[in-house]
This record gives sequence, C-alpha cells and structure tokens, in this order.
Amino acid sequence: MKYVINSKSNLQEKVAHGAFFTLGTLNILLVTLICVYLLLAGLPGIIKIGFFDFIFNDTWASTAQNPQFGILPFILTSLYGTLAALLLGMPIGFFCAIYLSFFVSKKLKTFCIGLIDLLSGIPSVIFGFIGMLVLVPFLQELFNLPDGASLLAAILVLALMILPSIIKVSIVALEAVPKQYIEGSLALGANEVETYFKVIVPAAKSGIAAAFVLGVGRAIGEAMAVMMVSGNASNMPALFESVRFLTSAVASEMSYSQGLQKEALFSIALVLFVFILTINASFNFILKRGQRK
Amino acid sequence: MKNSTYRNTYALFFKSLMLICMAFTLTCIIFMVVYIFINAIPHVSYDIIFSKPSYINDTIGILPDILNTVYLIFTSVIVVLPFGVGAAIYLNEYAKSKVLIKVIEYAIETLAGIPSIIYGLVGMLVFVQFFSLQTSILAGSLTLAIMNLPIIIRTTQESLKTVDVGYKEGSFALGAGKFYMIRTILIPSCSYGIINGCILSIGRMLGESAALLFTAGFAHTLHGYIDSLSSAGSSLTVALYVYAKEQGEFDVSFVIALILLIMSLVINVLATFLGNYISKK
Repeated sequence: MKYVINSKSNLQEKVAHGAFFTLGTLNILLVTLICVYLLLAGLPGIIKIGFFDFIFNDTWASTAQNPQFGILPFILTSLYGTLAALLLGMPIGFFCAIYLSFFVSKKLKTFCIGLIDLLSGIPSVIFGFIGMLVLVPFLQELFNLPDGASLLAAILVLALMILPSIIKVSIVALEAVPKQYIEGSLALGANEVETYFKVIVPAAKSGIAAAFVLGVGRAIGEAMAVMMVSGNASNMPALFESVRFLTSAVASEMSYSQGLQKEALFSIALVLFVFILTINASFNFILKRGQRK
Repeated sequence: MKNSTYRNTYALFFKSLMLICMAFTLTCIIFMVVYIFINAIPHVSYDIIFSKPSYINDTIGILPDILNTVYLIFTSVIVVLPFGVGAAIYLNEYAKSKVLIKVIEYAIETLAGIPSIIYGLVGMLVFVQFFSLQTSILAGSLTLAIMNLPIIIRTTQESLKTVDVGYKEGSFALGAGKFYMIRTILIPSCSYGIINGCILSIGRMLGESAALLFTAGFAHTLHGYIDSLSSAGSSLTVALYVYAKEQGEFDVSFVIALILLIMSLVINVLATFLGNYISKK
C-alpha cells in the first residue's frame, strides 16, 4: 500500500479511510447523544420535583389538582416484576437448555430450537394481545379477581418472553464445557443428572449468569406487552393488583402529557436508562470474567 | 454414601422436571401460533387486507398499516446498511488503536442494550422535535435504523472475520490499495453475511412497536412512498396495539397478528436457511 504511485488512488484511499473512521466513531457519538439528550430532558423534572421526592414518594398523581410525581411504585413494580419473571423463567429456560444440550437427538434439537427461534421472533404486541385475551381472563377466573390485569399477568408474560434468550445463551454456555469433564464424571460412576448439576453447571456458571443478566435487561425494558396486561394503574406493586412499570408509565402518558408531567416522564426514562446501563455493565463484567478463566 | 435408589429417584425426578419444562415451553409456543391461526382465519378477507379504514362504511382495512410497515423497514434498512457495514469495516480493517476499538465496541454494546421505549423517546426528541420532521415514517425509520445498527455491525464483523486472509494479502501483493481491496474482495465475499444481518434486523423492525409510538404515530391513511416519509403512519404492530387495547376491535387485531406471525415466520426460515448456507460454504 505504501507504494501506491498513482496520486488519484492515493487520495481515494485517504478519503475512504476518513469515511470509514467517521462511520466507526459515529457509534460513540450516537451513544453520547442519547445520554446527553436523556440527561437534558430528564434532569429538569428531577430537579423541580426534588430527587428524594421523585424516587421515594409512593404516589403518582400526574393529572391531579395538586400533582404528585413519586415513581417509587413504578420502580418497585419494575424490580419485582423483572425478578419474579426471572425466578420463573430462569429455571424453566435452564432446564430446557440442559435437556436440549444433552438428552435430545440432533434432529429433535434442531426442531425445538427452530420453535424457540420462532418464539423469540414473535413481536411483543402479540404477547400482550394473547396475554390480554387468554391469560388475563384466565387469572380473573382462577383467583376470582375483579380484574385479571395484574402484576401476576405481566410476570407470566415476561417470563415467557425472556425464555428464548435464556435458553439460547444457556445452551451456548453448556456446550462450551469440555467433553472430557462429562466423560470423566460418567466414568467415575456419577449418573447423567449428577454430572449435569455437579460438573457442567459449575463449569458453565458465568455463561448462565450472563443469561440471567440478559434476561433482566430484556424484561426491564419491555414496554408494550406489559402495558397490555398489567392494568396500568399506578398502585404499589402487589401480585393481584393493577400496576404500572417504568416503561409502561412512560408509554401510557407520553401522548397527552404537558409541562412538568412531560418532564417527569423523561425523568422516568432517565431512571430506566440508568438501570439499563448498570445491568449492561454487570453483563460485560460477568462475560469478561468468564472469558478470562 | 447415598444409596442407589435415592440417586436414581433424584435422577429421574430432575429428568422428568426437564421434560416438563421443555414440554411446557413448546406447548406455549404452539398454543400461541394455533390460537392466532384459529381465531384469525375466519376474519381474513380480501376487504380487510386490501382496503383502508372507512368511517363512512364503518369498515376497517389494514392496507395502510401493511404499507407503512414496508416503508418503515425499507427506509431503515437503506439508512442502516451503509452505516453499519462501514462501522464494521472500520473496526475490522482500519482501526489500529486498541483503546478506540474498545470504546467503539462498548458504545455498540450500549446501543444494543437500550430498550426500545427509550429509543422512542430519544427519537421523538431528536428527529421529531429537534430536526422538526414531525411524527412521520422518516422519523420512525431513522429511530429504527439506530436501534438496528448493532445487529448489522455484529453480523458484518462476523462475516468479515471469515474472509480468507490469503485473498486480502494476494490483493495487496498485486498492488491494490486498501479501499480497492475492500470494494472488490471483502464486500463481495461477505455479502451473504450482510444480507443475513439485514434479515435479522428486518425481523426486529417488524416486531418493534414501543419505539414507533411517538416517532411514526398512529395514522391509518394511505400514502405513496415519497408522501409517506413526511406523514404519520402506524406500523402493523402499533395498529395491533391500538385496535386491541384502545378500540377493542379484536377481529382486525387477530388478522394483523396473523400477518405479523407469518411474516416473522418467513423471516425466521430465511435467516436459518441463509445461515446454514453460509456455514456450509
């Protein structure tokens, strides 16, 4: 490359280099832009309402005479909902992953993974839609509730939605475990299940942890499905109560909000963004630590 | 030492637990698909798919929503492709500084992790308000394009890595410049990878709704492509949300759900097919 004689193509190379450099660094610019915009839009609300009043007040009454903007119910709902969905989805997904990695013939595995891919491709509104029509009436009947749209319904829908990513990441982690471990354990007289739980799972720990964090990230950011099944009232979280998540709080009021209410909604988005950044950072940390081993 | 009956029961218990979990997951998936098919098929008709909503006749048609979805996806892909492929080429071929690569990759990971509702808000602030594009297909497409940058970059990077080093070195040895090599060797040999990335991101764009609520809007008017860029229009997903949650029009909702399901199925099959084809090569 150093011996390019033709000055025209030399110029072309330089322009190309510059252009690719711009495209590469554009990503940094985009992330910075998103951060700056969220900060600019979100901070005024927090400052006007007061940080503690905003985060720790348990009443959200944005359209009342004396509006109150406490987002504690949303934060807690998001946390409880996400954790409960993970508690439910993680074991199911994890057992599915073990089953698919070790018990199933190759053909059946391809078929099952195809179906799971289909599940991950289903748009979130469809989850919300079916949840609304099937799950919500079912829960209403089952627990004799006035309205089935509740935190429980949201948890169940979220658990189903995060299954595909949990299963796929876990499968990758499980299959990265060296074959010799399995054979060694079987040769020492452990049965299959003992081998899986006592040899493979510890060896695939960091990958499974990554699946967990990925699931948290997906569940906490989900808006539409949750909005359709959770009832959307700003109550403190309770299993059978109609609740609102951080995401659905933003989505449901944004279209008609004004003034301080709008600023408060941007502040909610900022809080959500901070949550997501923390989760991503821990995801990277876990992955890196896993790779170093 | 635990006795063998205990160990066998333990093994059997967990084996059956795994089987139950697997069966449960598959049942859920199959139930969703079958439920939508059964409920949607009776309502599928020429009128509903190929007409627009009319208040006079009190009928609902979803042609505008289908077209809007197509416009949105088309525009986003056109926008995101050069940016994503360019960034991937920079990362794999040009970038020398380790720190810069790390920072860019961290930025891409962050972009990939941001939930769609936040993209929707930022898209509203930046494109709709700051660039005063109004709520329009263009604003929605640009938002979708940023959301899908990470997918395109990742898949392109993966396929760039698979290009034989011999090709590159041979090209340099023959006196080609770097950009010439990229144009004639790299991009053609990883074109399938790039197309696969496009298919994946089309799948995501198809299912996206939260980011479009405040950027592309809710309108159901019929537009040509150029007109639509500057006017609001709801995608199929947003239309499904509005019809199901706010208007209680379940018949139409089922038809939309069916269309979305079939489209995502097709995209899924295409992506798998292409993925297998690439790995076979």
